[in-house]
Amino acid sequence: MNSREIVLGRLRAALGDRPAPPAAVPRDYRPAGALGVDLDLLVHRLTDYRATVHRCPEADVAQVVDEVLGGRRVVVPPGLPRHWLPATVAAVTDQNLTAEQIAAVDGVVTAAAVAVAETGTIVLDAAPDQGRRVISLLPDVHVCVLRADQVVATVPDAVARVAPGRPLTWISGPSATSDIELNRVEGVHGPRQLHVVLVPDGQAGHG
Amino acid sequence: MTRTFLGMPATAPRGVGNLRGEESFPAAARRALGDAQLRRNLRHATTTIRAKSGAVIGELPDWEQLRAAGSAIKADVMARLPELLEQLESAVIAAGGTVHWAADAVEANRIVTDLVRAAGAERVMKVKSMATQEIGLNEALEAAGIEPVETDLAELIVQLGRDRPSHILVPAIHRNRAEIREIFLREMPGVDPALTDEPAALAAAARRHLRETFLSTRVAVSGANFAVAETGTLAVVESEGNGRMCLTLPETLITVMGVEKIIPSWADLEVFLQLLPRASTGERMNPYTSMWTGVTPGDGPQQVHLVLLDNGRSAVLADAVGRQALHCIRCSACLNVCPVYERTGGHAYGSVYPGPIGAVLSPQLTGVPDNASLPYASSLCGACYDACPVKINIPELLVHLRGQAPHPATEAAAMGAAAYTMDHPRLYAAAQRAAGLARLAGRALLPPLNGWTASRDLPAAPPQTFRQWWAER
Amino acid sequence: MRIALFVTCLADTLFPEAAKATVRLLERLGHEVVFPADQTCCGQMHVNTGYPDDALRLVRRHVRVFAPYDVVVAPSGSCVGSVRHQHAMVARRAGDERLASRAEEVASRTCELSELLVDVLGVTDVGAYFPHRVTYHPTCHSLRMIRVGDKPLRLLREVRGLELVELPQAEQCCGFGGTFAVKNADTSTAMLADKMRNVLATRAEVCTAGDSSCLMHIGGGLSRLRAGVRTVHLAEILASTEGAETAGERDRLEVGS
Repeated sequence: MNSREIVLGRLRAALGDRPAPPAAVPRDYRPAGALGVDLDLLVHRLTDYRATVHRCPEADVAQVVDEVLGGRRVVVPPGLPRHWLPATVAAVTDQNLTAEQIAAVDGVVTAAAVAVAETGTIVLDAAPDQGRRVISLLPDVHVCVLRADQVVATVPDAVARVAPGRPLTWISGPSATSDIELNRVEGVHGPRQLHVVLVPDGQAGHG
Repeated sequence: MTRTFLGMPATAPRGVGNLRGEESFPAAARRALGDAQLRRNLRHATTTIRAKSGAVIGELPDWEQLRAAGSAIKADVMARLPELLEQLESAVIAAGGTVHWAADAVEANRIVTDLVRAAGAERVMKVKSMATQEIGLNEALEAAGIEPVETDLAELIVQLGRDRPSHILVPAIHRNRAEIREIFLREMPGVDPALTDEPAALAAAARRHLRETFLSTRVAVSGANFAVAETGTLAVVESEGNGRMCLTLPETLITVMGVEKIIPSWADLEVFLQLLPRASTGERMNPYTSMWTGVTPGDGPQQVHLVLLDNGRSAVLADAVGRQALHCIRCSACLNVCPVYERTGGHAYGSVYPGPIGAVLSPQLTGVPDNASLPYASSLCGACYDACPVKINIPELLVHLRGQAPHPATEAAAMGAAAYTMDHPRLYAAAQRAAGLARLAGRALLPPLNGWTASRDLPAAPPQTFRQWWAER
Repeated sequence: MRIALFVTCLADTLFPEAAKATVRLLERLGHEVVFPADQTCCGQMHVNTGYPDDALRLVRRHVRVFAPYDVVVAPSGSCVGSVRHQHAMVARRAGDERLASRAEEVASRTCELSELLVDVLGVTDVGAYFPHRVTYHPTCHSLRMIRVGDKPLRLLREVRGLELVELPQAEQCCGFGGTFAVKNADTSTAMLADKMRNVLATRAEVCTAGDSSCLMHIGGGLSRLRAGVRTVHLAEILASTEGAETAGERDRLEVGS
């Protein structure tokens, strides 16, 4: 008898009373689709957790990136719209860069998959305009460009929209810890600065 | 051994792991209560987190509905645990991962050690994980010549301070910023001697200290907050980014997970991703949640292992009342609201699972006789039940487990005699007249009642009992 | 209304004033109070100490004694909590499903005093007079087990002459917990110290609650400190009237052993 059979056998024996599963899980909470999207709420929630929000037309993204990372080195995913990058940044595209190479740059610019207004959360799903998980992890400054139509109201909306099989990173503000006296302090191992550039519907990624 | 024997629910073995304390709760608590610094640190931290958590829970109009859903999903999981685990196993394998099964701590430690050796590594980096603390993985790795590096800030503080964790979420909650600074100055190679005790400065020191480890360590060990049976997806909920580092940078990722962490469907995440951060760190959402499904070519670890751990969970599952302790999502809200925990801290509980949930989980994992004082480490005030995001009825469980605890013979005899007397109204009235209930229920029955009178005055027996007064009306 | 008094063993034996006040109050409001003489103890002490098998006979007795009555009242949130949340459990544990369902019926007709007054009798002004500065400790079982909410406070606010002051951190346990105060006396004492500090901060003359057990604990600590604050059961305040104010006057505390 191998360990798999032992563990499963024990668990089956433990359930010898054959408890009936609940007839149905009561899902009386606000489901996906229950609320409209409030972009101002998203901005408030992002800011509340020390992210910096920039609202601008898609054509001005490069200008924001210049303000944040001008004169510095950035890594970008292969599918990032090139016109988001100003001439003032030295951009290196992630083509299987090593961790050391990525850690050596100052910032990263990515798109996003989904954002949750109520919690101030951005979800990355490793699509070509977001790239491998590592590129948004090691640089100290993350600029994330978000389209208004990628914003959903609640966590259930986001869970319904993202694709389960992909590597997913849910980001709510910069890296932080509550480990010292249970006070939240920003800036530990992940990016210490998170800039969210919020552009109107249907513009990002098509330029 | 026979097939029947192997297949029976079993408690966690002795001699390995961190589920049993070396002394009873009252003895350990007595020492902790005398530590004024500890008391101040705990009061400050638990007061802070209670306010934060209360505020963000108050923002959700459907918190109670989410709790009800979370509770029901977990009850469903327990009722279907074997089939869900098989479903999870299939999904993980289909996505390129490898699944291992560990009947107990010894086996889990051996599996992980063998995997690290096979990867040719002499060091592993760890994401904070209750399961690996429970089984004593660090001790097992060290015995095998492998260096485990804790990367969570609080775990790092505990590891550098050669200390023990005292809280599920914040293992160094018993340390304040000044103590943390001292530990860093003493134990962190190359630390700036001008380090201040500003939390931001302490966090920055940890960032510098661990950066090289993250970039050069080829194997990581994690736990999992959730595993989705339907998709094979594992999720780690964290704050600092050390989790992302460990889940992204190494070649090999080994996740050790208690079998009860499973949830049936992808959509169930919509419940737990709302419950956990608000109940735990008191945030609308924690800074980072990572989800991975097997192996993603070119992105993250290319060798992905999942170790499914029993280590006493089958014994917990076998108790129809007690099994709700397995619903726990390790948020630690019950610790933060517990008046006992706030005063004694986590070390007094002896186990890696402290506080109210520890008082019901640890005795069940080990068998009640091995943690016999823990079910009594509560005034049954019920604050834990109200705070629990999955509605575990901890007071009910505590009372249930007291019924299984070994009792002192004198106490048992006295309680039996009291019940007999109270079931005979004439004897009862005579006993009232003779001694007053204080004597009946107190000195005569429970010899340590003098613990109560050490700091309180006993009421004098009134001139007549109520029933005497009633009879004379 | 005919109301059966479930006196509780503690009030019967050590705190008869709370029980007598319950009788006087309900009679003053025009109701008939009966006292089933075969009642003794609900068994909570046995259940909470880990002796559910011994408690079974006490549960059976309680259910038999109170089954004939339409309304049962107790001046204790904790004992009502035991009746509501433990009796059926003890019966089921022993495999006695019939006792469990009878226990549930009795429990459904059993009220704590403030519940009876506010929910069943529909009264908040009971005509009481109590000219003192009072703070209210919402005992854990009243608050979280049977959830009396603000009913006791609504009753106290209508008492003539009474100055109600809010207790800081009122919802924190006083540290009694029955067997807890004995088996974990040190931790219990630490919890009591904080409760007393909060009571004293109110500068109240009287600390009241709906449970004699918690009041015994808090009052025993305050007495030992010679703090000059009396503990008085809610029923005694509500039973007090102008010219007949007796609540808590008898000094029932002695220096403990």
